[in-house]
Parts: sequence; structure tokens; C-alpha cells
Amino acid sequence: MNIIVAMRQLADLVEELEVDSSGTDIDREFVKFVSNEWDEAALEEALCLKEAYGGTVTVVGIEEVDFHQTLHAALAKGADRAVELTGDFEGWIPTRQRAAALAWFIRECDFDLVLTGVQAADDLNGQLAGAIGAMLGVAHASVVTNISVEGSEAHITQELGGGVTSVSRARLPLVLGVQSARQAPRYVPISRIRQVMAEATIEKVPVTGESFGNTPQVLRLYAPEASGTATMLEGKPKEVASAIYDVLVAKGVAGSRKGN
Amino acid sequence: MSGPNNGVMVVLEATAGRLSDVSLELISLGKDVANSLGGPLVGVLIGASDVALTAVGCDIVDCYVDFGTIGYSSEMAVTALSARVEAIRPRLLLAPTGTLGLDLCSALSVAFDATLASYVVGLSVDAGRIQATSQLYGGKLLADCDLGDGFAIACVVPGSAVALQLGVGDVEVSNHSLDAIVGSLAIEPGIRHEPEASGVDIVAAELLVSVGRGIGASANLEVVQELADALGVPMSASRPVIDQGWLPKPHQVGKSGKKVKPKVYLSFGISGAPEHLEGMRQSEVIIACNTDPNAPIFKVAHYGTTLDLFDLVPELVELVEG
Ligand SMILES: Cc1cc2nc3c(=O)[nH]c(=O)nc-3n(C[C@H](O)[C@H](O)[C@H](O)COP(=O)(O)OP(=O)(O)OC[C@H]3O[C@@H](n4cnc5c(N)ncnc54)[C@H](O)[C@@H]3O)c2cc1C
Repeated sequence: MNIIVAMRQLADLVEELEVDSSGTDIDREFVKFVSNEWDEAALEEALCLKEAYGGTVTVVGIEEVDFHQTLHAALAKGADRAVELTGDFEGWIPTRQRAAALAWFIRECDFDLVLTGVQAADDLNGQLAGAIGAMLGVAHASVVTNISVEGSEAHITQELGGGVTSVSRARLPLVLGVQSARQAPRYVPISRIRQVMAEATIEKVPVTGESFGNTPQVLRLYAPEASGTATMLEGKPKEVASAIYDVLVAKGVAGSRKGN
Repeated sequence: MSGPNNGVMVVLEATAGRLSDVSLELISLGKDVANSLGGPLVGVLIGASDVALTAVGCDIVDCYVDFGTIGYSSEMAVTALSARVEAIRPRLLLAPTGTLGLDLCSALSVAFDATLASYVVGLSVDAGRIQATSQLYGGKLLADCDLGDGFAIACVVPGSAVALQLGVGDVEVSNHSLDAIVGSLAIEPGIRHEPEASGVDIVAAELLVSVGRGIGASANLEVVQELADALGVPMSASRPVIDQGWLPKPHQVGKSGKKVKPKVYLSFGISGAPEHLEGMRQSEVIIACNTDPNAPIFKVAHYGTTLDLFDLVPELVELVEG
């Protein structure tokens, strides 16, 4: 089983996101970047598959701020190979461009599965799995929550929404957008990551001029207007709790206070 | 291949013998764009053909009837839709954000070199160019973008438009078979599994105490559980809490979990990503506790507080316990 996992970093949603002076991208200078959480699920599933069936896990992504952190952590968790695609990658990279670079690299590899996160929060231009699949001419599926393999076949579980799932038999190779792994992503101590940083190498592979076709042109990026529907409850915890409790009582979902 | 005409194509889904809510929303959005472009609105329905007649607003509905009966395959969906796009050459294709939309949109955009926008919440036409507004970064930012004057695809977030009223109208229906496609698939049609029945019924509850990733760790759940117990109501949760294994799947609210409409939805440490809002925005009253004043949950909440949940919840427990 040779598995390729496409991963990336992305602005941490917990941070305040500012729009830069162009008005069409976030200010990438000050924002904190983290691994895309769904890519982490894809990596976890890949590592579980490797543990079950043997083989290799190659992690690949394009050169972006802090991407080495993702690669080092992946190696520390058990990935065999870490590849960074270098080239003309700046700012907000359309999914089609990302997919073209990844497909160019993957095409030359011997692989059974390509796994990546089901989505990323800045996927203005579509999700990776479908784009890579179409570019490689390999069947793909999204929102995958389980993968098992028997010989040249896999069983994949897709969520269809509302708790309904669908299990398909499929022929390898496949490109899958992973929603969640069979278990929560494993933890790896910082000391282990440090050790990997000192010992392991990241292969750098230059990508040149892959054409990627039409993508949307961003005219304006902005925070949605505060629609102002929420009444913000101010005060000390005791006061806010009391205001909330009053709402619960008014809606008839909690008993009135003792003594009332 | 000829260039696109001025038509709009919408991908429709049938669930439980009727068109899904998001299908009706897509028809409503698609109709507006089709009117601006001066082209027809074509529905492509995946499911039972009797439902096709209810796709009022569409001029034609192409049905893949066997989809509903033989099970779902992403590859089958892509192949079937590609054939319809090839035949009709629409200017714009609308699909719902969800498994079907994610399976279709990127692949079709590559196959037809279409300009694709995801997480779309609004569409307009300006001097023949299609413009879309997309909701990004978990709902924290919006992007207005130009999809050009060629074939465009918009993957639309459920809840972005008012659904067109159901009725039976003048809809031309034509049926298509999947027989030719099914035999050669690498991904076979799947076997459908309904969600497991469980003891907890978060849908029936009039009050839900809901918890998100802001809880930080499994051990901290106790704090909120105590409140739910004191109120005598079930605890519900966002997806990360379920994926971490901190609460079982039947507790999940959202796109891939349950849709709930309690009298009061009391949330702690939930950011309000579109997939979560899809499951709870119809609650009568939403109260949100989140330390980030810019959290998208406050856009739908009726009452909000930026207090730390660990400061607030114990006070609430004290009040409820009297
Ligand atoms: C196909 C698909 C289907 C999905 N289906 C679902 C679904 O059914 N349900 C669902 O919920 N998600 C679903 N998601 C995931 C969704 O996109 C979000 O990732 C998820 O809803 C985020 O959960 P959260 O709000 O708990 O976590 P986060 O987005 O990480 O938010 C945590 C919040 O807690 C706040 N916080 C932190 N500490 C505190 C504190 N001490 N006190 C108060 N607040 C605090 C933070 O400010 C932050 O806003 C789906 C995604 C996909 C791709």
C-alpha cells in the first residue's frame, strides 16, 4: 500500500483575520498558520492503513508559510517521506493551481491511494480531492470517514448527511477527501518533532509552469456585517448567568427560581 | 465543443419522497440567474421521477431515476452530470455544498475548464458576467468574486436562499438511464446505512445544552454535563467533539448530524461554522457563549456572551440548582 497524503497550512480560524490593503486577501503577515485539520485526519487514516497493511506514506504539499511544521510533524508521526513542491506559489493559491502541482508530482509516483482533507476553510475554488482525481483520471470520493483495503480493492464509507452513510466497494487507485479518520489524530511530543527536525530531510521538488485553467477573480474580501441580531449580555459571570436563566424561564424550558 | 448557452443547470436531490430543501433553494437562485441571462433553467434530478413534477420553476428536468434505488457512487454522479453538461452546455451549474456537491464540482470544473466558486451564499449577473459571494474561513469572511463570461459552477451553501414553494406545475421531464455507466465504475454504488438508533433524542428536546471544541478536553465535558443534568436536558455537540470521541455520534448537531429546532439552543465554545449552523439555525432562541467576539455564531444568536465558558457554566449550575 503506497499512500500519498496531500497536506497544507492555513490561517488559524481562532485568530482574528484581517483583510490586507489589496482588499482581496487576508493579511498573511501577522496571522498564525496551522495544519488544515482535515488534512490531519487524512494523515491519521493513512498511518492507520499503513499499520494495518504495510507500505509507505508520503506527505506532499506546496511551499507555503510554515509548511515545514506540517511535514516535520507528519514524519514524527510515522510518515516515510516528506516532499515540498517549490515554485511560483504566493498568497491565496486557487485549488486548481494547487491540484495541478500536486497531480504533476503524484502522476510520477507509484500509489494506491491519495488522501487529502475533505476541504479547507479558504477553498474558494473547490476542494482538492475532486480536482486531483479529475486531473489524474483516477476515481475520487469526498467526505470519507472510513477506508479498508483488501488486495486491489477498498471499501470506502462516505457520509451523505443527516447521519446517513454509504459504503462502496472500489478499485484502487483512488483519490479520497477525508472528513474524519477512524480515530482522532495521534499526538506526537514536541521532543520527537525536534528530533525529526534535526535528522530528517524534506525533499524539495521544483514545479514549473503547470497550467491550471479558469479560477474566480476575487473582487473584495470582507467581514460580514454584524447583523446585530444578538443582544450581547455584559457583566460578571453571575449577572450573565442570571440573564440567561431568565430567558430559559421565559421560554418555559427551566423552572422559575426558588423563592419566586 | 461549442461554447455555453445562457441556461442554468441545477443539481436536485430527492429525500424521503420529496425534493430536498436545498434543491428548492437552488431552483430559486437558479431561476433568478436564468432570468437575468435570458436562458432556461434545467434541473438534473437524482432520484424518483414523480418528484420531478414538483421542481416548479425549472423548464426541463432530466432525471436519473435509478440513482435513488441503486445507491450512491461519486463516480457515477460525475459521469452522469458530465453527460448532461456536455449535452446542454449551461452557462452556470449550481450544486449543493454537501457530499454530492463536493464530489461533483471540482471534477466538473477540471473536465470542462469551468470557473468554480465554493461555499456560495449569493449570486448575481452584471453585464453578462456572473458574480458570486462565497463564505470563507468558517463564516468569518465573505468574498465577492467574478466568475467570468464562460461556463461557471457554484457550489451553494444550504440555507442561502428562500426555497421556492412546492406545487405541481408545468415541468417537462425526461428520463435517463444509468445502465451504460454502472458496469464500468471503479467506485460501485454504495450500500446505504441509516443512523443508529440511540437512547438520546436531541431532536425532541425543547432545550439543548450544546458544546463545541472550546471545551478543550474530554475531561472538561463534566462541567457542561453538570449543567445539562441540572436542567434535565440532553447534551448536544459540534462535530469535533464527536470526532475526538468525547461524545457519541447521536449527539451531533449539523450537516452530517441532526437538524434540531429546540425552543432554546444554549451553546458553549461553538464557533458557528456553516455546517454547524445548518443543523440549528432554526432554533427559536439561540444563546451563544464564545470568547471570540467575531465568532460567526453571534450572527445567528439572539443572545451572546464573550465570557469564558468555564466562568459562566458553574454560575448557571448554581442558579439552576437553586
Ligand atoms: C462535509 C462536512 C460536514 C460537516 N458536518 C458538521 C456537523 O454536522 N456538525 C458540526 O458541528 N460541524 C460539521 N462540520 C465541521 C465544521 O466545518 C466545523 O469544523 C465545526 O463545526 C467546528 O466546530 P466547533 O465550533 O466546535 O470548533 P471551532 O470552530 O474550533 O470553535 C471553537 C470555538 O470555541 C471558542 N472558545 C474557545 N475556548 C473557549 C472558552 N473557554 N469559552 C468559550 N468559548 C471558547 C473559540 O473562540 C471558537 O470559536 C462539517 C464539515 C464538513 C466538511
